[in-house]
Amino acid sequence: MSTATLTARVVCILRDMLARPSGAIGLTLVGLHLVIAVTSPWIAPFDYTEMNATMTLSGPSAEHWLGTDHLGRDVFSRMLLGGREALLITGIATPVALLWGGFLGVFLGLRGGWLDEVLMRVVDAFLALPGILPLLVLITVFGSGGEVLMPTLAFFFGIPVIRVARAAAHEVVARDFISAARARGHRPLDIVRRELMPNVTDTLLVEGAMRWSWMLLGFSALSFLGFGVAPPRPDWGLMVSDARVYMSLAPWGVIAPVIALSTLIIGINLTADALAKTLGLDQSRKAVV
Amino acid sequence: MFALIVRRLALGLITIGLVSVIIFLGVEALPGDACTAVLERDAVGEALEKCRETMGLNTPALTRYGAWIGGALHGDFGLSANGQERISDLVGFRVRNSLLLAAGALSVGIPLALCLGTLAALRRDTWVDILFSTGAILAMTIPEFVAATLLILIFAIWLGWVPAIVLTPADAQPLEFFPEFILAAVVLTMLMVAHIMRMVRSSMIDAMASDYVQMATLKGVPYWRIVFRHALPNALLPAINVIALTVAWLLGGVVVVEVVFNYPGLGRLLVDAISGRDLPVVQAITMIVAATYVGVNLFADILSLALNPRLRSHQMRVR
Repeated sequence: MSTATLTARVVCILRDMLARPSGAIGLTLVGLHLVIAVTSPWIAPFDYTEMNATMTLSGPSAEHWLGTDHLGRDVFSRMLLGGREALLITGIATPVALLWGGFLGVFLGLRGGWLDEVLMRVVDAFLALPGILPLLVLITVFGSGGEVLMPTLAFFFGIPVIRVARAAAHEVVARDFISAARARGHRPLDIVRRELMPNVTDTLLVEGAMRWSWMLLGFSALSFLGFGVAPPRPDWGLMVSDARVYMSLAPWGVIAPVIALSTLIIGINLTADALAKTLGLDQSRKAVV
Repeated sequence: MFALIVRRLALGLITIGLVSVIIFLGVEALPGDACTAVLERDAVGEALEKCRETMGLNTPALTRYGAWIGGALHGDFGLSANGQERISDLVGFRVRNSLLLAAGALSVGIPLALCLGTLAALRRDTWVDILFSTGAILAMTIPEFVAATLLILIFAIWLGWVPAIVLTPADAQPLEFFPEFILAAVVLTMLMVAHIMRMVRSSMIDAMASDYVQMATLKGVPYWRIVFRHALPNALLPAINVIALTVAWLLGGVVVVEVVFNYPGLGRLLVDAISGRDLPVVQAITMIVAATYVGVNLFADILSLALNPRLRSHQMRVR
């Protein structure tokens, strides 16, 4: 596909998504969050480390719109800045996960045989660790922090993608044009790149949107548990975990990051939903892994 | 049928075996070992050698893997990193507590999910369905710690109906947890109901649109009889696997919820072990959770094989 037709297709899909209520709301929420994440260092009224010992746990006021936390830091500024790290890390890790999981899955779907059998057993083994457990194990091994979290997330969220891509490839492999490509003597990797990948891209896109929201959930849970972003840098998960202790005195310290995180995740889910409907892949969202 | 079950069992065992290898290798890849962790700065020269000798760390990796897995099969996971406590003692009560929490959530959640799912399917596209389905999506998208924190804020702090966190020690009698663990169970129930309900709803809609239901309607079978005798049993079959996934998730994925409510279960022990870099404990918990996960899914697969003859014949043909 040339760049021009690709751009035309993207514009077409986006227009279709905006025509649906879920897509319009979802894209607006995600867009808003992205704009805030990029511009927040300039628009945040206070520095995120700036403490005010005389004004700890104060309520909303003209100066501090959402009050201050237990160290007298401005909650509103920290809320604006709190999504930057999460969006940056998951924003890079999701496409990486999708690419490696997608390529491997499609390749296995085409190749089959003993390699497929063996690698799928390994995939099963990794998937036998539910929830954020595998992330926690890797963090024990490699330590926490952004430079470790990004490859860790990219690795683990790529594993279920292998399964999805493999299943999608199985539906295509039996078709005639694959047999034709094989008969022409193309190498397997060429068939994956030129014949299979274009046919599973839609599935992978929808999968990617869902994975992104799950990755954000995972990331914020890790932050909440104290294995994610290192303080004093602002992060929603960490903010909730810090402010939780003072919840009876200063509920806004919890409510602000909760609203920010929830709107982003709901926005991504609505976008994924609209994308699936636009691409005609609605049924594929039943998968629970 | 028998051959299928044997094959499924074999696959399950292979998966558990691979998990144990992955976990063992993961810890093996670490710089340092149990001895450098215990001795810290004294971990040089003779002391280190002596410690490794007593803990059997000088033997090849394969021998240690064999010893570890052999012990694990007997429920003996060795000593924790500080060399003081037996992991099996540490884990025992925690497993029971996590099971207690899971049982609480399941006993309320499964019937509730079945009722809500059926109701949503029968009242499809009315306000009932829209309300339930939106609620389910909200419960599934909002992070656990957010839902848990909001519930604490509303019910424990503003209304003061229930205690916010659990203070009962791990080895207390099950009944002593009672008023304290309600909120934790409610959070888990919410998430579980959301997942199962969606599955029941969609398979119930399929069942009600099927030919046999139409046939029954034409014969003049009463509506409630169609719903409960003809449609529901068929709609429950696909739900079995989702319930199994949820059960497995309840046992392992509740880490965050247990931490929020300070509940002395397996998940919180895991987080404590990770913070303290207590690798043997992390290894043991991960292994227990993975084995449970595989076991529960295996059980669900065999159950649906037994209940659904179509699944058997289909898989027979594929083989």
